[in-house]
Amino acid sequence: MSQQFPTPIHAFDAADPRRRELALEDLRGGLARWRLAWALARGDITHRYRGSILGPLWLTLSTAVMLGALGFLYAKLFRIDMTDYLPWLTVSLIVWNLLNQVVTDATSSLTGAEGIIRQMPLPYTVHALRVVMRNALIAIHNLPLIGVVFMIFGVPLTWYALLAIPAFVIMAVGSFAAAIFLGMICARFRDIPPIIGSIMQVAFFVSAVIWKPSMVGHWEPYLPINPVFAVMEAVRAPLMGSTGGVIVWVAACAWTAIMVAAAWAFFVRFRGRIAFWV
Amino acid sequence: MATIDADGLAIEFPLYHHNARSLKQRILASSGLRLKQDADNRVVVAALRDLTFSIGKGDRVALVGPNGAGKTTLLRTIAGVYEPVAGKLRVEGEIGSLIDPAAGMDTLLTGRENVVLRALFRGMTETQGRALADDVASFAGLGDFLDVPIRGYSAGMNVRLAFAMATAMTPDILLMDEWFLAGDAEFMTRAEERLSHLVVGADILMIATHDMSVVRKWCTRAIRLEGGRITADGPVEDVLSAAGL
Repeated sequence: MSQQFPTPIHAFDAADPRRRELALEDLRGGLARWRLAWALARGDITHRYRGSILGPLWLTLSTAVMLGALGFLYAKLFRIDMTDYLPWLTVSLIVWNLLNQVVTDATSSLTGAEGIIRQMPLPYTVHALRVVMRNALIAIHNLPLIGVVFMIFGVPLTWYALLAIPAFVIMAVGSFAAAIFLGMICARFRDIPPIIGSIMQVAFFVSAVIWKPSMVGHWEPYLPINPVFAVMEAVRAPLMGSTGGVIVWVAACAWTAIMVAAAWAFFVRFRGRIAFWV
Repeated sequence: MATIDADGLAIEFPLYHHNARSLKQRILASSGLRLKQDADNRVVVAALRDLTFSIGKGDRVALVGPNGAGKTTLLRTIAGVYEPVAGKLRVEGEIGSLIDPAAGMDTLLTGRENVVLRALFRGMTETQGRALADDVASFAGLGDFLDVPIRGYSAGMNVRLAFAMATAMTPDILLMDEWFLAGDAEFMTRAEERLSHLVVGADILMIATHDMSVVRKWCTRAIRLEGGRITADGPVEDVLSAAGL
């Protein structure tokens, strides 16, 4: 066979590490291997439910069970009308679960791929892409529940719902950056994953997941200071039939940009050390 | 044309997840030869120290040396897993690595699906992967087992599959650790034949092994590593007789 491709050259000089160039190459290579990330993400989901009859439908079912139970309980606790509260809680919980799962997965994006990282050269960004795709797959199993609940309670989906698409894009970009950033610091410092776990537990209560933002009265304008709330509200508000307001969107974009910048800076500087960390 | 050039290459493994302080006192007090403190006061294992060599077209290199000499680490570094802490490394050519047969394999997938997965790892598409599966199937000689999940494979079958996958992609440089000797006699003959095809021309074979008969039969050059340094480099017989093997 004639040589169709130029021979690949891998050159590294410790005196001149060209870190930025290698990080860019890693990012390009990782995105180019989206097929691999997709195959691995799909494998993660199907393996988890291997041999079960319902398979990945359990994702949908367990969310549905939780929604039913919490919906009744909280409607009683807060003395609000079920028909008003449950649709809102549905959107809230599904978006929260997605966010929470992404953050939890991000902490193990690299340590979980230890076997691959130490055995074969592969762009590290593939592992981050795998986390994003795995969670996108989970989201696809859960999102239809929103439609079902809306139908049961007769809540109309408005044109504003289309705004949820850019919000999901913001979330995906943020998740990708988080999977790189958290993946790296969690590989180096093994105390970070439990810390993140505790933070997310607190975040569940302070981020207006089970209570409505209007319930905090004059504190409401300050809620977007919380990145979890900002990103979640950007997805939730359009689905509930409003824009969410400029502040929420600015905050969501700003927090994502900060995450991306931190991840990039960290990735450029420490990319070469990852194989020694995991 | 395939080449590997190293100049002053060094790899150090920091010991991160241990009680560094007590470890330091115990080990550094006994002035460990390979354990030392780096500039940031971390305890590190000097896995490879100041390696300089040049491997060119047609070289079939055996890496020999005692356990822990740095043979596998050198293979992984050349493959691009580890970034050197000092020195230069330049590798020209497509690399096929047979360092760990299980790497990147999914035990729940069938042999055929694993071939496709491996193709994806190499940046190919599913279609190219499926085409590759046929080539792998004919060489690995797994028969019906190709469509069985590989967790049902014997160690030897795993090796056949891994070897067939790595060599089917016709790399310019083949890096091999000695596990592949787990194949049976008939497979070894076919493996040797396939390797000899592979090593014709500008290709490079680099193999880490303790089996001197393999070294004598397959290799043209030997590099002896001891404590992370090269202690001998030259034609196979010279290196082996100098080491008394």
